Amino acid sequence: MAAEKGMNITLKVWRQKNGQSKGALETYQINDVSPDSSFLEMMDALNDQIIMKDGSPVVFDHDCREGICGSCSMYINGQPHGPARLVTTCQLHMREFKDGETIYVEPFRAKAFPVIKDLVVDRSALDRIQHAGGYISVNTSGNTQDANAIPIEKEKADKAFDAATCIGCGACVAACKNASASLFMSAKISQYALLPQGQVEAKNRVLAMVKQAEEEGFGPCSNTGACEIECPKGISLENIARMNREYLSASLTSK
Amino acid sequence: MKLDSKIPEGPLKDKWTNYKNNIRLVNPANKRNIDVIVVGTGLAGGSAAATLAELGYNVKAFCYQDSPRRAHSIAAQGGINAAKNYQGDGDSTYRLFYDTIKGGDYRSREANVYRLAEVSANIIDQCVAQGVPFARDYGGLLDNRSFGGVLVSRTFYAKGQTGQQLLLGAYSAMNRQIAKGKIEMFNRHEMLDVVIVDGKARGIIARNLVTGEIERHSAHAVVIGSGGYGNVFFLSTNAMGSNVTASWKIHKRGALFANPCYTQIHPTCVPVHGTQQSKLTLMSESLRNDGRIWVPKKIEDAKAIREGKLRARDIKEEDRDYYLERRYPSFGNLVPRDVASRAAKERCDAGYGVVNNDTNEGVFLDFASAIQRYGKQEALLKGIHNPSKEEVESLGKKVVESKYGNLFDMYKQITAENPYETPMKIYPAVHYTMGGVWVDYNLMTTVPGLYAIGEANFSDHGANRLGASALMQGLADGYFVLPYTIGDYLADDIRTGKISTDLPEFKEAEDSVKSMIDTFINNKGKHSVDYFHKKLGLIMWNKVGMSRTASGLKEAIEEIKVLREQFWKEVKVPGTADEMNPELEKATRVADFLELGELFARDALEREESCGGHFREEHRTEDGEAKRDDENFAYVAAWEYTGQPSEAILHKEELKFENVELKTRSYK
Repeated sequence: MAAEKGMNITLKVWRQKNGQSKGALETYQINDVSPDSSFLEMMDALNDQIIMKDGSPVVFDHDCREGICGSCSMYINGQPHGPARLVTTCQLHMREFKDGETIYVEPFRAKAFPVIKDLVVDRSALDRIQHAGGYISVNTSGNTQDANAIPIEKEKADKAFDAATCIGCGACVAACKNASASLFMSAKISQYALLPQGQVEAKNRVLAMVKQAEEEGFGPCSNTGACEIECPKGISLENIARMNREYLSASLTSK
Repeated sequence: MKLDSKIPEGPLKDKWTNYKNNIRLVNPANKRNIDVIVVGTGLAGGSAAATLAELGYNVKAFCYQDSPRRAHSIAAQGGINAAKNYQGDGDSTYRLFYDTIKGGDYRSREANVYRLAEVSANIIDQCVAQGVPFARDYGGLLDNRSFGGVLVSRTFYAKGQTGQQLLLGAYSAMNRQIAKGKIEMFNRHEMLDVVIVDGKARGIIARNLVTGEIERHSAHAVVIGSGGYGNVFFLSTNAMGSNVTASWKIHKRGALFANPCYTQIHPTCVPVHGTQQSKLTLMSESLRNDGRIWVPKKIEDAKAIREGKLRARDIKEEDRDYYLERRYPSFGNLVPRDVASRAAKERCDAGYGVVNNDTNEGVFLDFASAIQRYGKQEALLKGIHNPSKEEVESLGKKVVESKYGNLFDMYKQITAENPYETPMKIYPAVHYTMGGVWVDYNLMTTVPGLYAIGEANFSDHGANRLGASALMQGLADGYFVLPYTIGDYLADDIRTGKISTDLPEFKEAEDSVKSMIDTFINNKGKHSVDYFHKKLGLIMWNKVGMSRTASGLKEAIEEIKVLREQFWKEVKVPGTADEMNPELEKATRVADFLELGELFARDALEREESCGGHFREEHRTEDGEAKRDDENFAYVAAWEYTGQPSEAILHKEELKFENVELKTRSYK
C-alpha cells in the first residue's frame, strides 16, 4: 500500500442546483490522486479544491464508506457504482482507473428518483414500497416463542440471508432500461417467502408492494438482467422469479 | 446537583422484574394523546421508535440520512451476544453479566448490566420472529461463535452483516408503524437543539437538510439515540456523518455527560494509507476466532517486510511472534479489544510493525493455520483420505470464505491484496465510545423527560465494551427497557395536551440555531471545515488516543482551545443556509466536536488510573498492563456544562459492587 505516483484525472460532473433547475456536465481537472484512495476520497479532494477557489462543492450522498449503508449512488462512466463488479461507489478505488482518464459522474436516473441537487437523488420511493408490506407483523414483547422453536433448513436460511443483504441503494433501478425496482422488491419478498415467519402474510405482501412500486412510477421488469450485473451485493435474478411466482399465486388465490 | 441513579432495591436478579411490576403504566387510550420524539434510527432509536408506536404513542422519528435504514448500526459486522446457552457450554445470565462487568474493567453499574444480560435472550427471539436471517447449522438451529474476552460461544450472527440484518429488522418494524401513521418519519433532518420548558424536555429544533428550513417539533418526551462520538478523532470506523451534536446540545442544556474519555480503539482495522484518507474500515473481531495475530520476531525481518524485500510467507514459523498467544495463553487471540490494541501498539512502537506508512503501524492477521485446520476437517467429512496439500488448501479456503467471505472481499477491495493468500495487515482504530450522556436506571438523563439510549448513553460497558455487545445494548434499550421506563414518566402527562411550538422557549432555541448558522455562512474564512476536523483528529489520536500521559493531555487541552478559537474565526462555509449544504452540516458538527474534545481530554487527565480503553502511562503494572485504582476512581465521572468545557463541574456517581468481587482483570 505504499504511496505510488499520483494520477491526473479529468472529471465531467453533473451539476444541478435543485429539482426545478436544469443540470449540465461541468469539467474539472484533479491532479496527484493516490491510486489507493477511494473514489469518494477523490471527490473530497475535488471539493476541497473547489471550496478554496470559492466555488460550490459537488453534493453527493455517502455515509458509511464501507459499502453497507447504501447511501452512495453515483452513475460513473455509464454504470451505477462505476466499473468494478460487486462494489459500491464508496468501495471503488482509483486504481480501477487509468492515469489521464476522463471520468463521467452523473446521478442515478429514474422517474421515481427525482434529483435533489447535483448527484443526490430522492430515493424515498423505495422506503414507501417497504411501508406497503416489507415487514412481518409482530409486536415487540418479551414472550414470542423461543428462537429455536422452529428449525429452518440451512439452505433456505442461507438463501433468505442472501436476499436480505440488499442495501437499498437503487443501482438496480438506475441500471434498468425500464427503471424497474423489481430486484429491490423481490429481495425483500424472497427473504420473507423463504422463512416460515414470513409466510403468514406472504400474499398480501407481494400484492401490496408490487402495487406501490407501480404507483411510484417504477417500470415493469423485462428480464434483461442488467440489475443483477450492476447490483453491488450480487442479489440474484432468482429472486425476481420467486417474486413472480408469489405474485401469480397470490393473484389467483386471494379474494 | 445530586446524582440519583434510581437503582431499585432488592436482590440483583429480581430488581428489573420487581421494578417493572411496580412502575406506573399509561392506558392505551391515553397513549394516543402523547407524543414522543426519537432522534436517530439505528438499533436503539429504530427499535425504540417502533416499539413506542406499537404501544400506541405518537412517535416522530428523525435521522440525517435519506432513510432510517442507513443509520451506522448497519455497519456492525460480527454479531450479537445473548445468554441463550444453546451450545450448552455453561453460559447463563449471570455469566454474561459477569463477563460484561469484568470486560468493562469494573466501571459500569451492576444493576444496568444485569438487566441487559437478562433481556438479551428476548432480543434473539424477537429478531427471529421478525424474520432476521441469522446463521443456522445443518440441523436448522441457530449457530453461535465466540468473541473476545469470554470463554463461551454466545454470539449470534448473520455472516459479517449482523448489524445490517438487525437494523433491517428494526426498520421493518418501523415501516409497519409508518404505514399505520403511528410513526411520522423525518428523513434528512438533523436535530440542532433541544427545547426545555419548565425544566422538562418538550421538543427539538431540527434543520431540514434538503431545504435548509429550521423546524420546531414538540413532544412530551425526547429520546436521543444518535450514537457515539468516535468521529472526534476524524479518522474512525464511524460513518462520515456520525456526530455528537444531539448529545452535546442536550449536554449544553443541562444533561450531564459521563466518562467522555472511555473510547474503544478496535484492534483489527485496515491500517491508514495516506493523507487523503477519509475513514477507517473495521475487519470484524469475529476474524480473531480463526485468524492468528503476529509480527516478525527479528526486527530486521520487520524492516525488510516494510521495504517490500520480504513477504509474510518468507518468515519461518519459528521466526514469528504470535504475541497475543505468547502474552495471554488462556485467551490468546481472543483477548478483549483494549488489551489486543495496546499489545499491537507495543510491538509497533518497538519497531516490529509491518506496514510501510509514516508510523510503521500494522501487524499481521493470518488465516493460514485456519485454512489448514478446516481443510483437513472437510477432507475427512468428504471421505478424502491422504488429501494433497492443494486439496486441503482449497477445501479450507472454501470454509473460510463461507464464514468471512464478505470481509475478505472488502479487504481485497481496499488494499488490492488477497487475504486468502497473504495475511491481512491490520492496526487499531477508533471504533466505539463507551462514554456518553449520563442516564439513570430508567435511561433518563438529568433533564426530566429527556432520555438517551444505545451508544449515546454511558451506561453498560464501563471502560471497555466486549465484542457483539453494542448491538445487544442498542436493541435492549430500544425494544425492552425504554418502552417500560418511559411510561412511568409519561403517566404524569396524560392530561397535558399538545405542547405548543409557539412557546417562547421554542423561539429562543430556534433563534440560537439560526444565529449559529448565520455565523458560519457569513464568516468567509480561509480554511475548509475538514482542515480543522483533521487537526483536531491528530491532536486526539496523538495525545488522547491509545495511551495517555498527564503532560500530553494538558497540551491537548490547550491545543484544542486554540484550534477552536481559530475555527470560529477562520472557517469557510460555502453556499447558503437555505439549500442542501453538506459543508454547513459538517461545520455545525465539528463545532461540537471541538468542545467535546476538550472535555474528553480533561476527563482523561482527571482519571489518574488506567482502566479498560483508558490507559495512562503513569499507571501500569510492571508487565505493562493497565493498573486500576478502585479506592479512588470506582466512580462515574459525570460532567456538568457551565459555559466552557474548561469550567465544567465534575459530579461523581460512586459505583457499588455487591455481587462481583473487584479483581485485577487478567486474561493470561
